[in-house]
Amino acid sequence: MLKVDNLHVSVAGKKILNGINLSIGAGEVHAIMGPNGSGKSTLANVIAGRDGYEVTAGSVTYHGKDLLAMKPEERAWEGVFLAFQYPVEIPGVNNTYMLKAGVNARRKHHGEQELDAIEFMQLIREKAKLVELDQSFLSRGVNEGFSGGEKKRNEIFQMAVLEPSLALLDETDSGLDIDALRIVAQGVNALRREDRSIVMVTHYQRLLDYIEPDFVHVLADGKILKSGDKSLALELESRGYDWVKKEAADTESAQAKSV
Amino acid sequence: MNDVKQKPVVESTPEDFAGQEYEAGFVTDIETDTLPPGLNEDVIRHISAKKDEPEWLLNWRLEAFRHWQTMTEPHWAHVNYEPIDFQSISYYSAPKSKEDGPKSLDEVDPKLLETYEKLGIPLREQEMLAGVAVDAVFDSVSVATTFKGKLKEAGVIFCPISEAVREHPELVQQYLGTVVPTGDNFYAALNSAVFTDGSFVYIPKGVRCPMELSTYFRINAMNTGQFERTLIIADAGAFVSYLEGCTAPQRDENQLHAAVVELVLLDDAQIKYATVQNWYPGDENGKGGIYNFVTKRADCRGDRSKVSWTQVETGSAITWKYPSCVLRGDDSVGEFYSVALTKMRQEADTGTKMIHIGKRTKSTIVSKGIAAGHGQQAYRGLVRIAKSAEGARNYTQCDSLLIGDTCGAHTFPYVEVKNPTATMEHEATTSKIGEDQLFYCQQRGISEEDAVNMIVNGFCKDVFNELPMEFAVEANRLMEVSLEGAVG
Repeated sequence: MLKVDNLHVSVAGKKILNGINLSIGAGEVHAIMGPNGSGKSTLANVIAGRDGYEVTAGSVTYHGKDLLAMKPEERAWEGVFLAFQYPVEIPGVNNTYMLKAGVNARRKHHGEQELDAIEFMQLIREKAKLVELDQSFLSRGVNEGFSGGEKKRNEIFQMAVLEPSLALLDETDSGLDIDALRIVAQGVNALRREDRSIVMVTHYQRLLDYIEPDFVHVLADGKILKSGDKSLALELESRGYDWVKKEAADTESAQAKSV
Repeated sequence: MNDVKQKPVVESTPEDFAGQEYEAGFVTDIETDTLPPGLNEDVIRHISAKKDEPEWLLNWRLEAFRHWQTMTEPHWAHVNYEPIDFQSISYYSAPKSKEDGPKSLDEVDPKLLETYEKLGIPLREQEMLAGVAVDAVFDSVSVATTFKGKLKEAGVIFCPISEAVREHPELVQQYLGTVVPTGDNFYAALNSAVFTDGSFVYIPKGVRCPMELSTYFRINAMNTGQFERTLIIADAGAFVSYLEGCTAPQRDENQLHAAVVELVLLDDAQIKYATVQNWYPGDENGKGGIYNFVTKRADCRGDRSKVSWTQVETGSAITWKYPSCVLRGDDSVGEFYSVALTKMRQEADTGTKMIHIGKRTKSTIVSKGIAAGHGQQAYRGLVRIAKSAEGARNYTQCDSLLIGDTCGAHTFPYVEVKNPTATMEHEATTSKIGEDQLFYCQQRGISEEDAVNMIVNGFCKDVFNELPMEFAVEANRLMEVSLEGAVG
């Protein structure tokens, strides 16, 4: 489904990603872990189409289509969803109204009938339960005056409503207390489906106790240094990231010698 | 309201406006009786004679004119424009009336009706649409007035001011110029000398006007300054909601519009005055467009009277106006809610004055300025608490939103407090429309243009909520049409 091939990305002339290769199949849950500044969030943002990143080499295809050639909204219509690390406040714009505009723009793009107000309200009432989001949040301004935890729950709620086929969760666990983390994780687990891929960007193993990944990748210095199953995450938890870096450096020098 | 056809500014879908062409840009070919350019006492005598005015009004005009000649043009506003040659303006233009003018729509020039159709103001439909009476001003002279019967039954007078001069001279003479005196300012003096028409409203004691009153102004004849004069009187305990909306045809030369609006409120009276202004803003290089230099003032003479100004200003090359409230009566209330949008080379210097004189008077100011392109935007507001205004309160909030990095926003708040018991609150913000906000919306599947509209309308919400329902819908559409192509 999603294929990231030799992706190089710079921000304001500084190289952030140095040749990422990643393949994500339908229904798979991948965790991307790594130290601060390793490029994890950059990867998620480049896939979603945020401005300000320069792709200097490589490609990102989704269902065989060139994602990088699309506008952010077109990627959303193709089923790409990004749960923001820092959800944005938009004062005066009703949460429900924005979401309805998003859902209907996508339906329109796919030649489907737009949902009317009543159908939409039924949909969001049902989805709000998933992350225990109070009804009153639906009619408030987008993230306006929400606490950190409420904002993150709102992200997962939006994911539930938009039903993406590829969900990128950018540090969704950051800033959550243990109860909020549990609620958010339950919401994500409820949204796991065999035709929906999930990519979680996180610092901590903690989130992976709740949402069990099929694959774990270690991203450092703009490269994926190691990939494995969930046991890799546990190893990282106990040993940190340095041994992975060292191992990768050894491999590299060994390769250099053999050439 | 499910029929948008009656609205002058939102008839078409945004797709119709590709390239930001001004949608109301056409000129109606109609025989006009237009004076040659120039201003002197003879011109004023001519206007007065044309209108068959009594001598007191002619003298009033002449006095204003003489005063105007002693005044100098003000230049303190934060706007730039070429000097105006007042002698190159024609001060009178009226559609030629056959006989004594139309008695009903059937007698109105079909071409004129066609113009309204193009603008989306089908008067015929308006007659059927219950609740809104229209006094349509076309080139300074009102040619059609509807719903007169129903208003008459309630005792409400709603007519062109020229008609009021003939039919209700005692009311006009009693109140005209008492809120905005002839020598109040340069443009008010000019207006007093040469005003050609406008609206007159009188709501008798204790009467709640049975419908919302609306006037659609329209500038048509080339090089004709528009000098509207509006006078609204709400007698004790009366209530009226008045809507004013404008569009204008496209042309090259700058047109001066210097209107005066006077509101008089007696004890317990209430007036809600809403404006949607969408005059031709000029082209991308700032060529053409209307100069909108307006004096609007409400005088809350009575105790517990309440006035609210709501304005949505998206048009004109230059907007220079401060709808103001003189809170004379004890416990009187003044409100000002404003959205002003400037794009391309548009400039606006707008705000309000709240003059607290009576005890426990209260005022609220909510101003939202949006600047895009090379637009310049200034909020200028005065809150004055006089010595006598025991326990007065003011709340001011002015927010600016910038779209792009070639526009500007400025805030000039003036506060004068002469009574220590006053309570003053002031909040001001300036923000740039965030890349983050745009990306957030786009990531949810909303196109960039729709996202901008959504964010701007959210920003304006506090003000739009004050508009009558159908105007609020219209205002939303107006912002969308106005912002087309402003981003990206």
